[in-house]
Amino acid sequence: MIPEDLKYTKDHEWVRIEGSEVVIGITDYAQSALGDITFVELPDEGGEVKMSDTFATVESVKAASDIYAPLTGKITAANGALEDTPELINQSPYGDGWICRIAATDASEEKVLLDAAAYGQFLEESKS
Amino acid sequence: MSYIPISDDDRAEMLKAIGIRDVDELFKGIPESLRTSSFDLAEGRSEIEVERHIKDLADKNSTDLVTFVGGGFYDHHIPAAVDAIVSRSEFYTAYTPYQPEASQGTLQAIYEYQSCIARLTGMEVSNASLYDGGTALYEAAMMAIRITGRNKIIMDGGVSPIYRKMMYCYTSNLSIEFVETPVVHGQSDRSEIEKFLDDKTAAVILQNPNFFGAIDDHSDIAERCHAKGALLIESVYPLSLGVLKTPSEMGADIVTGEGQSLGIPLSFGGPYLGFMATTKKLVRKMPGRVVGKTQDAEGRDGFVLTLQTREQHIRREKATSNICSNEALCALRALVYMCLIGKDGLKEIAELCMAKAEYAKQRLEAIKGVEVKRTSPTFNEFAIRLSKDPNEIIGKLISKGIAAGFPLGRYYEDLDDYMLIAVTEKRTKREISMLAESLEDALWS
Amino acid sequence: MELIFSKSKQGKRGIKFPRVDVPVEVKIEPKYKREKLAELPSVSEPEVVRHFTNLSKKNFDVDSHFYPLGSCTMKYNPKITEKLASLEGFASLHPLDPQLIMGGMLTQGALEVISNLEALLCEITGMDAFTTQPMAGAHGELTGIMLIAAYHRNKGNKKKYVLIPDSGHGTNPATAAIAGYEVKTVPSDENGVMDLNEFKEALTSEVAAVMLTCPNTLGIFNPHIKKITDAAHKVGALMYYDGANLNAIMGKVRPGDLGFDVIHLNLHKTFGTPHGGGGPGSGPVGVREELEEFLPVSRVVKRKDGTFALDYEKPLSIGYISQFYGNFGVMLKAYVYILLLGKEGLIKASEIAVLNANYLKVKLKKYLDVPFDKNCLHEFVASVSHQAERGVRAIDVAKALIDKGIHPPTVYFPLIVKEAMMIEPTETESKETLDEFIEVMKELALLAEREPDVFRDFPKTTCVSRLDEVKAAKDMDLACLS
Repeated sequence: MIPEDLKYTKDHEWVRIEGSEVVIGITDYAQSALGDITFVELPDEGGEVKMSDTFATVESVKAASDIYAPLTGKITAANGALEDTPELINQSPYGDGWICRIAATDASEEKVLLDAAAYGQFLEESKS
Repeated sequence: MSYIPISDDDRAEMLKAIGIRDVDELFKGIPESLRTSSFDLAEGRSEIEVERHIKDLADKNSTDLVTFVGGGFYDHHIPAAVDAIVSRSEFYTAYTPYQPEASQGTLQAIYEYQSCIARLTGMEVSNASLYDGGTALYEAAMMAIRITGRNKIIMDGGVSPIYRKMMYCYTSNLSIEFVETPVVHGQSDRSEIEKFLDDKTAAVILQNPNFFGAIDDHSDIAERCHAKGALLIESVYPLSLGVLKTPSEMGADIVTGEGQSLGIPLSFGGPYLGFMATTKKLVRKMPGRVVGKTQDAEGRDGFVLTLQTREQHIRREKATSNICSNEALCALRALVYMCLIGKDGLKEIAELCMAKAEYAKQRLEAIKGVEVKRTSPTFNEFAIRLSKDPNEIIGKLISKGIAAGFPLGRYYEDLDDYMLIAVTEKRTKREISMLAESLEDALWS
Repeated sequence: MELIFSKSKQGKRGIKFPRVDVPVEVKIEPKYKREKLAELPSVSEPEVVRHFTNLSKKNFDVDSHFYPLGSCTMKYNPKITEKLASLEGFASLHPLDPQLIMGGMLTQGALEVISNLEALLCEITGMDAFTTQPMAGAHGELTGIMLIAAYHRNKGNKKKYVLIPDSGHGTNPATAAIAGYEVKTVPSDENGVMDLNEFKEALTSEVAAVMLTCPNTLGIFNPHIKKITDAAHKVGALMYYDGANLNAIMGKVRPGDLGFDVIHLNLHKTFGTPHGGGGPGSGPVGVREELEEFLPVSRVVKRKDGTFALDYEKPLSIGYISQFYGNFGVMLKAYVYILLLGKEGLIKASEIAVLNANYLKVKLKKYLDVPFDKNCLHEFVASVSHQAERGVRAIDVAKALIDKGIHPPTVYFPLIVKEAMMIEPTETESKETLDEFIEVMKELALLAEREPDVFRDFPKTTCVSRLDEVKAAKDMDLACLS
């Protein structure tokens, strides 16, 4: 399940571009690899992030996965619902399980993101 | 002596199964040139011989002294039931409870221990224990640094000098700024702390009762810390919490301490028990193992190691600490002790210690050449100033069978005419009188 | 089982104190007092003893169960060591006594124990000096890396990396990181040891230390070890030996002879002191002569007249890493253990530990994959990957073993083997026990073929079945507060 309308990173994050803002989450593949998610450490709203910085952590019982910022910008919102119901990421990785919104400051960075087909191919390659 | 249940026949059969003739062949992966150049040890001995040797060594230690030495480590009574429980090999020969179904005994005991430490300190959560009071305090400082993202630590001069030395040792490769503030009239110096407390401060570290035995109420300092976004770390003497204001009531964020007084023998410095308690909000940044309560598929309550994503075996170089054990058997001692002593007993022993210490204070301050400062209340330990070198006096009293106290000059240069005297529930009125009389004698004869 | 708090009733007592014999009434100003008493349980001694005796029965332990937990060396703990460690002459000794004037004379026996133990550990490992202060293996690692940092600082060296193979214990990278270094991971080669080419690539003049376990967590002795230590020394890096697996090689090879500069031991593994359900342990650190001056204070020294004393005057020492002299009670047990076994006993311990491991490996190969199938030393790593294809994973086999009365091996470690099961039988298990284990594994392998689904319900014989770890992590019920 790789939605066509999103962009992706090789760290298994997805990005939905909505005008000057982007919404970020982790892919279905990532949530299923982690298993039952027990905790999400959310970034502070208003904080600045640089592309490739660790800005959030998603934890299951036996693993902790750092989330890297796919783009540079300012965090405009974090999904507070994940504090009490981190399992939203398992249930709806591309919907209610979104992690945060970033006001991206460098549109050129979007070029390095993968489209659905490229991400799908990347998944296939990393499996073999 | 050997503890090997493999007979010669067994060995022959096993070698055959492996397909070799000699055990040495199993070591052929080790190049000859690297083999042991020396292994000059004595031959193995019998239990009888070793027991005789060890008893001879034990006899070279003087343990029949009447002791008033404390300094954070105390000669408290240990109920026989504590030893009986920890002597069960189901507890002491088990490993870390990695397989919860096969380790519910250890896990439930740790959960109960965590619960008792939380109730004792008034905090919400405790970990499964750390090595000792000193390492627990260092871990607390690192935890505060992680939480606040700041790197300045203010330490009160009343924090055990041993702990402070450990703190400097552990952080010597890190860029952490330390400020030490003095003790005035026995208590923390508010104005000095305030002077250094700023928005770069990760934590203020205090101790109650402090190294000199003095009691304080640190609520005002907690408020000032929080106003600046810093944490308050309190190191406490667990038995004193039978009566004293809890670190939680004062507003502390992280509480640590040495658990030796909770049923653990002095044993020449270890093994002891470092405890750490904090709030639920901060628990994910807390180092060390933690046991949590949960259920199995049939709805039965059970216990597991939890929040393991903080730990080294998952996080590796990003772990909250490198610790991968706890002092489980010492924690069990502390738990059994806390259960036996109970709610009322804890208050009684705290009052008993205080009463005896106060009596010792009164007897000693009546002696010419002894000065007792009464500027702040104390728990079961207090400093006295002598008109003669405390080392000389302590030496004289040792020859009379009394370990009179600890010379403060050992750790505080400007206090070389002071000594620290600790009194526990084990000391009798007669022994305290003996101390007073011998001390007077040593000063004036 | 119900919590001890459920037995609490006002007025029950588990202890009685002597009557107050001093004419003093305790008065505490209200601002210094706690508002309410601490809610410790009010229970009687018989209830406490029954509660904890019953709790103890819910544990697996070495005295009653085979416990082949890889890298943990769960060997038998001789009873005499417990007895001697509780002798009054040691148990009631105050650690500050030797710091009093003339106080050294009060603790001569204890100081002699430390001095003798340090000398024995030096001979066993080929190092020049030891400190017994570290209180666990991980604590020893931290002490060791701090010694290495102090050494480089003193030489004016600016180094920032520590190299660690990918099969290393998780404590290694965690230790290096908290001591202020950056970690570089070196992959293993097809033989399961650190890849020599990758290592040489990573070994720059900025490397402060290389941390190795030898034999490694796969039970394999690195044949290039001397090349590695020589290459490291050439660029000014020090070699750190993680002694978790020393039980494999006593009397055969010594870390000191291999060129290691700093090592830690786990007295609770190699030298038979009990694990205590997770501690207390003891992790002494040994060093080469050039590093001795950095060891933590105090140092126990032997005077010319044969008496022992504590030396704190070490200007280059890293300082205080423990409150006193280490976990003395544990050290004393290890000292007794070494004296009992002696030279031939320690050698035999390693030989039989290795024999037992190889016997198990040869026999279990029929039922489990063994990815690095060379002669192993004291332990080996099997893989449940074959069974995993049918849905039976390492954790499932582990839980099935529990129902058979066997403590499972270490699972999912080392990380480089899929569905890993790390098996270390130790020398204190009989052939009969090993054969029984083999039979059980055979039975489980067959069962995995025929009825893979039944594994999901194991264990069934324990007081609880598999516990919900997700719930534990989410609920965070870490203490019973009322």
